[in-house]
Amino acid sequence: MLHAAVLASGEATPNPMLPAPYDILWSSVCFIIILIAFWKVFLPKMQAMLDERSAAIEGNIAKADEAQREAEAALEKYTAQLAEARVEAGEIREAAREDGKQIVAEARDLATTEASRITATANAQIEAERQSALVSLRTEVGTLALDLAGNVIGESLSDDKKAAGLVDRFLADLEAAPASTVGKN
Amino acid sequence: MHLLVPTGNEDGFHAPSIMEFFPEVFLFDGTPFAINRIMMVRFIAVAALLILFWIGTRRMRVVPGRFQSLIEMGLDLVRVNIGEDLLGKKDAKRFLPILTTIFFMVLFLNITGVIPFLNIAGTSVIGVPLVLALVSYITFIYAGIKKSPKKFFKNSLFPAGVPWPVYIIVTPIELVSTFVIRPVTLTLRLMMNMVVGHLLLVLFFAATQFFIFAAGGLWPLLGIGSLAFGFAFTLFEILVAVLQAYVFTLLTAVYIQLAVADEH
Repeated sequence: MLHAAVLASGEATPNPMLPAPYDILWSSVCFIIILIAFWKVFLPKMQAMLDERSAAIEGNIAKADEAQREAEAALEKYTAQLAEARVEAGEIREAAREDGKQIVAEARDLATTEASRITATANAQIEAERQSALVSLRTEVGTLALDLAGNVIGESLSDDKKAAGLVDRFLADLEAAPASTVGKN
Repeated sequence: MHLLVPTGNEDGFHAPSIMEFFPEVFLFDGTPFAINRIMMVRFIAVAALLILFWIGTRRMRVVPGRFQSLIEMGLDLVRVNIGEDLLGKKDAKRFLPILTTIFFMVLFLNITGVIPFLNIAGTSVIGVPLVLALVSYITFIYAGIKKSPKKFFKNSLFPAGVPWPVYIIVTPIELVSTFVIRPVTLTLRLMMNMVVGHLLLVLFFAATQFFIFAAGGLWPLLGIGSLAFGFAFTLFEILVAVLQAYVFTLLTAVYIQLAVADEH
């Protein structure tokens, strides 16, 4: 088609294969301008940006690693603390149980002691009262009996030594008989 | 197409010709600084390239915005998909300015072919393809000689694994293919793609103009067809513009890679 076009024009046409001097000149100028622009301006800027980008990416990766490490360390620490706390809690519980046992035992001891003390006191009191009752009874029973006997025989036996000895003997006999049953209480 | 051309040479039809690529010089005529329309188109493309990349790389952020992503995608296409894949990280860095320049210069000067009011590729005149092919040629020879002159010429002219009498045939072929064919094909491939693309577009749109406004009768129906073809070829030209930029850069990278390789 090029051939047809050349024929169609039919004049003395310039040969498109032969470069005109101005063509070469301006082509070279264009080339040099673009080369310098890419070489000295655009590509260095691009390279700087790429370096910055890879640095940023590496930096971020390092940061992420660091964060990961920190998180793991924290987790480990917390886990250790938790385990420690569990052990401690167990110890405290154990100690509390021991303490409780001891307190219960002490309380029981104390109660037992107290109970026996109270029992002893009560026994002593009962004994004392019995003795006093016995003494007063002896006196009163003696007096009553002598009065009664005196009235019966018609004479006073109250200030007689013989009478007193009689009463005493009588009471001793009286005492000897039920003492075994009374003493048991 | 062959149906359309004969219709063309009558009244009102502007046939595309080779003169499309030699417009009138309007500044510094007769000097090496002469400027015509295509030179202006080139300057505009270069200015657009510089402004676009200046804005895109002015404040580059680690987290890119939309425009910066686009610029990065473009630069990474050359840096990663062409440079690092073929040459490895170290050599890619050395030759990156050249490769990037070639890619974007070809791309921006190609794309002017489909931009309204510019409507011609800056690469459709031999100057740019030739200069870039020479740059590519010098670069790969420099790369080879810098690495090891002996190995470079041995690998280029006396490929390994061939019995020595075969060198009588192989060596001249290799000499021509490496040191003559390579720059010539680089130049012609790019230039002819752009020339033919432009002529096709001119043909379709000139025919559309002729059919719809000058031919009369039922011809305007054909004009719809030619317009559709023109539109389709405009899209195709965008693809070609990117593809040729990629191919030119890729081949340059391949030549460099072959020159610095230890063995073929």
